[in-house]
Formats: sequence, structure tokens, C-alpha cells
Amino acid sequence: MRLIDESAIKNIAIGASFFGAGGGGNPYYGMLQAVAAVRQYGPVKLLDVSEIDPAAWYSPVAGMGAPAVGLEKFARGDEYQRVFDAVAQYTGHHFAGTFPIEAGGGNSLVPLTLAATMNLPLVDADSMGRAFPELQMSTLALAGVTTTPMAITDVQGNTSIINTVTGKWAERLARAETVEMGGTATVSLYACTGAQLRDHGVTGIVTACELVGSRIRDAHRDPEAALTEILDITHGYELFTGKIIDVERRTEKGFNVGEIKIDGYDDYEGHKLSVMIQNENLIAIRDGQPITMTPDLIEILDAETLEPVTTEVIKYGKRVRVLGTPADAKWRTPAGIACVGPRYFHFDYDYVPLEQLIKEAK
Amino acid sequence: MYRLGIDVGGTNTDAIILDDQQHVVNAVKRHTTADIETGIANAIAGVLADQAIDRSQITKAMLGTTQVTNAIVERKHLGRVGILRLAAPATLSIPPYTAWPQDLVDALGGKYAIVNGGYEYDGQIQTEIDAAEIRGVLADWAGSIDAVAIIGAFAAMRTDQEEAAAAIVHDVYGTDFPVTQSHAIGSLGLIERENASVLNAGLYAVIANTVSGFEAALASAGIANAQLYLTQNDGTLMTAEYARHFPILTIGSGPTNSIRGAAYLSGQKEAIVVDVGGTTTDLGVLKNGFPRESSLAVEVGGVRTNFRMPDIMSIGLGGGSIVREHADGSVSVGPDSVGYQITEKAICFGGDTLTATDVAVRLGMTALGDAARVRAQVTQRVATAALAEIRTMVETAIDKMKTTAGDANVILVGGGAIVVPTQLAGVGRVTKDPQGGVANAIGASIGQVSGEYTRLYPYAEIPRETAMVDAKAHAEAAATASGADPATLAVVEVEEVPLAYHPANANRVKIKVVGELIE
Repeated sequence: MRLIDESAIKNIAIGASFFGAGGGGNPYYGMLQAVAAVRQYGPVKLLDVSEIDPAAWYSPVAGMGAPAVGLEKFARGDEYQRVFDAVAQYTGHHFAGTFPIEAGGGNSLVPLTLAATMNLPLVDADSMGRAFPELQMSTLALAGVTTTPMAITDVQGNTSIINTVTGKWAERLARAETVEMGGTATVSLYACTGAQLRDHGVTGIVTACELVGSRIRDAHRDPEAALTEILDITHGYELFTGKIIDVERRTEKGFNVGEIKIDGYDDYEGHKLSVMIQNENLIAIRDGQPITMTPDLIEILDAETLEPVTTEVIKYGKRVRVLGTPADAKWRTPAGIACVGPRYFHFDYDYVPLEQLIKEAK
Repeated sequence: MYRLGIDVGGTNTDAIILDDQQHVVNAVKRHTTADIETGIANAIAGVLADQAIDRSQITKAMLGTTQVTNAIVERKHLGRVGILRLAAPATLSIPPYTAWPQDLVDALGGKYAIVNGGYEYDGQIQTEIDAAEIRGVLADWAGSIDAVAIIGAFAAMRTDQEEAAAAIVHDVYGTDFPVTQSHAIGSLGLIERENASVLNAGLYAVIANTVSGFEAALASAGIANAQLYLTQNDGTLMTAEYARHFPILTIGSGPTNSIRGAAYLSGQKEAIVVDVGGTTTDLGVLKNGFPRESSLAVEVGGVRTNFRMPDIMSIGLGGGSIVREHADGSVSVGPDSVGYQITEKAICFGGDTLTATDVAVRLGMTALGDAARVRAQVTQRVATAALAEIRTMVETAIDKMKTTAGDANVILVGGGAIVVPTQLAGVGRVTKDPQGGVANAIGASIGQVSGEYTRLYPYAEIPRETAMVDAKAHAEAAATASGADPATLAVVEVEEVPLAYHPANANRVKIKVVGELIE
């Protein structure tokens, strides 16, 4: 057990942008909320999965809706407790703690606000180990944990319970309610036992976010050393160093789709990298050959500050370092690949692990 | 008829006189003083000395100043602000001032209330405002604040609640009580807009002092007929009266003035301006004759805001940058600099520090100081290596400011411009002007007047054509209020950004108009 204070929250916010792999949006408002909560209620206890009761129940909370709306109409603060209590009441479970649903954007920080206000522990695990765009994309779902019963609420205090036959239905119904609630809502879903979270969640992700975030915050002192440490922490690989020469973007079926083209310099002089995006960075192709594929992570970082660059703000001329990080083993199974592999996102590639692609490229 | 332009920088206060053909009649540089006003008075006295100019013929006086920025950075002379956020029950989870430096919060008094109010994303009312609740808050604050900042959720969509709350403030505290309404300051992003509005509300006394100090300096120089203007950070002017309501718009006007001055000197409307000073080089982009705005959140005094700021990149290169040869034979330039001590420390001026200026002298790029002395002390190899480094720094910075891969035209200005080569990769034409050293004061005095308006329009309810007409009318009204001749107004910028996943097909529409100063 250790305590998460204001400084740790700032680190987690930056680290979450790293694991967001281009997606997840801006964590700034989530960070402010968590900071305000620990100032009022004190720091949050973070528990390793080895410290939690396997038989007890745990439940995450998350924000849902249009990011632009969340910039004007964000939470009152008691919504997290309300959805958490609503699921507890409906299922009859007592929840012993909470955890983030994903790493990336505000949702990596939202459970911290709940944990601080209710004096509950936060478990060092999530259900993605990165950010993905749809509710059913969860390692817990792969292991049979159901998305619902799910609770949804708004700032006014309206609450409903959603119970659906599939995760996809939960996504559809919750989206519709979110619109009526004013474009943003708070949800709780994927309630599970300590044993399920330990065995089927992506463990250690909060700590990983914090460690990576703290290295990035210090990176101005020695970017090369910071980069080496980040690769150590994440077991990652350096994929490329270069300058962005073209960003092609369009909207397809509500998704931000496109391609980022990068020309190499330094060690990568004369080489080219292109990154295919669909909200997140999904496929990296170096000199015509795929070098990293979803669900493995592709991180694009500012070359000087190592700040993660999200797909919304990337632009011509930016100097970047590109890293690849192996996804959690749970995603690298046939079921995981079917759920979030290249073909699910309509890329004509069979998934090959990052380590193997790197070896083949040498 | 003449114009007098003043630009207050960190090191120098520049003054110029322009005639009615916009030709520079005289230009001077004086040291900036700690109180600012003395430096301004010295510069005015200097630029008028030995000039046979009838003071009564100076009809316009423009000031570009750092006083407002300094007040925030130094936390001095700030007023006490009451923050009235109209958004409850939403947004209670992030109180105002959450990520602010504590000393700045203390300087502003730290008073806030989140009261009922706010709109939804489509302009429907989220919560009605409660006049009695607002009056109660104001009664509590009576005597302990100097200004009110009003911030309503989705004020960029509808402004009625902010206006109604401002009317209540005026009813309770008097019609002259200063109020900042957030919809006039920033766009989407409640926290960033709130931050900028609070800063604006804290600066009323600072701007009042700035204006009265400028008036006093003009009066003591015998200039009695001039209409006063301040430069804004978009490269245009506003009347002193308008500036009293929007002091925050002067922040960042320094680099903007250089960019506008460079545009004037070169006659170009699309270019990258490289302003080389003594310690740093600022790069900005001239787009349709005006500085390109930054698209990112901008920090002011350690506070994140979203009001418009010029897109400026600074690198550690200037005329005084220190050049070093390392053990492995490599040569580095900056980022440290001898700064204003260049006239004592540089080798070409008899000193013993190798600077970027010495490199330019050694390579025959300029005839400054004692060239023989530099030749004796600096090898051709070191000078060539240093110039290569300077070239790389400038080329890289220029490339980062571009939005496409093609060649860009570059305008070199500033006192340190002699250290930059005029042949650069990725650059079409490089323009230099002998008067580039006072480009900022020129930029301050040639300004036009702008007005802009930004709002979210749900196209599902307000058709696009209606929205455009509405936004343009508001922008024109703003330009007229800041001193433009309505007959000369023209649209220079239309921005239309659809909001991702927005259920009512809302678009952020921004229209900017520019016109000439009214006579």
C-alpha cells in the first residue's frame, strides 16, 4: 500500500497520456478534479492486487460523452459515489475499492476522485492497460466479466441502471442516455471480484503511469536518460526519431481516422515511418514494413520534452520520438486479437508481436 | 499630421515618429526603466529632440507595453477579484483557482462562489440563475473586492445569464463597478476561460495607471491633441478607453508588434518573421498580414488560459549568444548570452567573450567594431562551425513554424539579425531592412483596428448562414467600439470548427474584421 498525493496525480496524468497511445483525450480536467479531491479529503491509498481480498467486490467509475462538452459541463463531484452506490444496491455487493477502466485521458484519474471522497482504496489495475474507444474492449470482458449491470448518472442527480445482453448494447443505450443528460455522464460498469481483477485486469498500470509520468516531467534535464528509463519501465522499444512531414486526417463513422508520416533524422536518417490512426495510434509502418500493430502500443513523444503527443494536436514540423510497447499478454490471445487486433479496425494485417517485428527488421 | 509610436521592451523602450505617408521621420532607443514611465518619457523626449515638429500635429499616439504582463509575473498592483461562476450544480468538483500558484491567488484575494446557472451544449438552460443567491454572495463580498469576474457554463453558446448577472452586480455595487464577462474573453474550456477572465478582472487598476502614465508623459512633452491607443496581442490597436475594459488583450503584444513592423517594412503578407534580439530569437508567422494565433492553451504567469495569443517560438540565439569551443573540437552557440553587456564583453568591442556577433564580424557578414581584433583571436574554423550551428538553429526553428513542406519567405528583423545567414534551407526569399531594429515601434504605430467574435452555434437550430451573419455583426460592433471606422471594415478571418461527437452539430465560429482608425 502506498499513498497517492497531488504530485503523484500530476505524474499519473502525464503517464496516462503516454499509455493512451495517442488517444484518451486531454487528462487536464480529470487531473484538476483529482487534485481538488485530495486537497479536501487527503491522499488516496493505492493497493497492489496482491493486497486485495480475492472474494471482495470492486467497481470502476468513468466519464462518458463528448470531450468538448466536458470542457464546460464537468462533474459536480458526487456523481461517482452515486453510480458506485447504485450498482452496489442493485447487485447487493459491498464494494471494497475502485479502479480505473482505462489508462489514457481523464478516465485514468476519475476513480481517484471517488477514492478520495469515499475514503476507499484504489486498486493498481485497469481493464485495458491503454485506451480503446469502445466499452466492450476490456480484458475483463475477455475473461467473461459482464459490462452490466451498469449505472449512469448526471449532474442533476438523475440515475438509471442499464442491464443488457451484450457489451455492445450497453454502449448503445448508454450513449443515448448520455445525449439526453446534456452530452456528458458518469458511469460505473464491469464490477468484478478481487480475484477476477487480479487474474484478468492489467495489473500495475497506475504505478506504471506514475513512473513514466515522473520521468517525462524530469526529462528536460536529460531526455536521453529519461527515454532509456521509460523503455526499461515499459519493456518498450525505440521505433523511430524524426520530423512529421504530413498529417492526413478525416472523420469516418464518428472516428478520427488518418495517417501520420514521419521522415527520420539522427540514427534514422533516410528512413520513413508512417503511423495509422483511428482515435489511437494503431499501426506503425517503417520503410514499408509493419513494425508495431494494435494491441501493442505506439507512443509519439515530443523529441525535446518527451511529452506524449495526442492525435488531435499533432502537426507538421514537430520533432518526435516514437516508441513501441508490448501490450499486456491478455490482449495477445486469439480472443484479444479478435477484439482489438488490426483486422477489427479494418487493417489488412495479421497481428505479429512487436518483439518479433523488431527482430525481423534487424 | 504625425503618429507617435512607443514600444516598451524588456531592455529598450523605442519611440518613432511617422508622418501621414507612414514614413519614419525619426526613431530612438532608450533604456527601459524600472518604473516604465520614465523610460517612456525619455524616449518621447528623445524622438522629438531636434525635430521641427508641431506637437499639435501629433494626432495619434500608440503604446505597446509590458506593464500588464509584468503586473501578473511580479504579482504587483493587482486588484481583488470576486469570481462568480454560473454553473451549479455542475462543475463543483473543480473550484476556481485549483491549479494556480498560491501567491497569485493571495494577490487576487481568493474570493469565489459557484452559483446556480449555466447552459447545456445546445443552448438550453441547464439551471436558471437565482438573483437572490447572487445578491447574497455580493453582500458577503461588499468592501473586500475591486472587480467581479462572471463565468457561465457554455457562455460561448449563450451570453444572457452572464449579462443578467453583470446587471445585478452593477445594481448592487454601482454602474461603474468593473465586471469582466467571460464570453468576451475566451472560448470553449470553462477553466481556461475562467482563468483568463479572473486575470483580466485583476488588472483594471494596472491598465488605468498605464493609461494615465502615458497621458502624463504625453502632456509633459507638450502633446495635447493625440488620441491614445494601446497595441493588442493580435497586432491591432484599441482605444485607451477600450483597453480599460480588456487589459489582458495587451499581453504578448511585444512580439506581435515586431511581426507587424516586419510586414510593413517588407510589404509582405505571408512570411515567417525572425526577430533576433540580444539573447533570444522570436519567430512568428505572418498570415494575411497578421500574426498567426497559437492553437494551444497558453500559460500566463503560471496560469493556463485560452484567450488568443500570438503563436511565438523563442530559441536561445541572439547577437550576444556566447560561442564556445569544446574539447572534442565541436562548437556551441548559446543559450546563455552577454545580453546588454555586449558593448563591453564581445571581442569586436574590446572584450574577451566570443559572441555570435564576433562570428558575424569574423566572416565579414557585418562591419561592426574592431574586425582586426576579431581576426587575431578567432580562427576561421571556429567561426565557420559556429555559423553552421546558427544556421541549423534558425533553419530548424523556421521549419517548426511552417505548416507545409514548401519553401517559406523569411523576414529578418531585430538588433541581432546580423548573425543570421541570408541563405537558408527551406526558405525562398530572405528580406532584411535597415530599419528592422525598430520594427516593434513601427508595428505599434501603423496598426489598424480589429474586432472579433467567437461563439458556438448549434447548426441544428441556428442555420449556418444566420450564424455567420450574426458573428460578423458582433465582430464589427467590437471593432467600432475599439476605434475603427465602420466604413473601412473587412473580414480577414473566418474559422469554423465542428465539435467532435457534438449531438447538435455545434460549430465554433470565429470571425475577425479589421479596419482603419477613425479620424
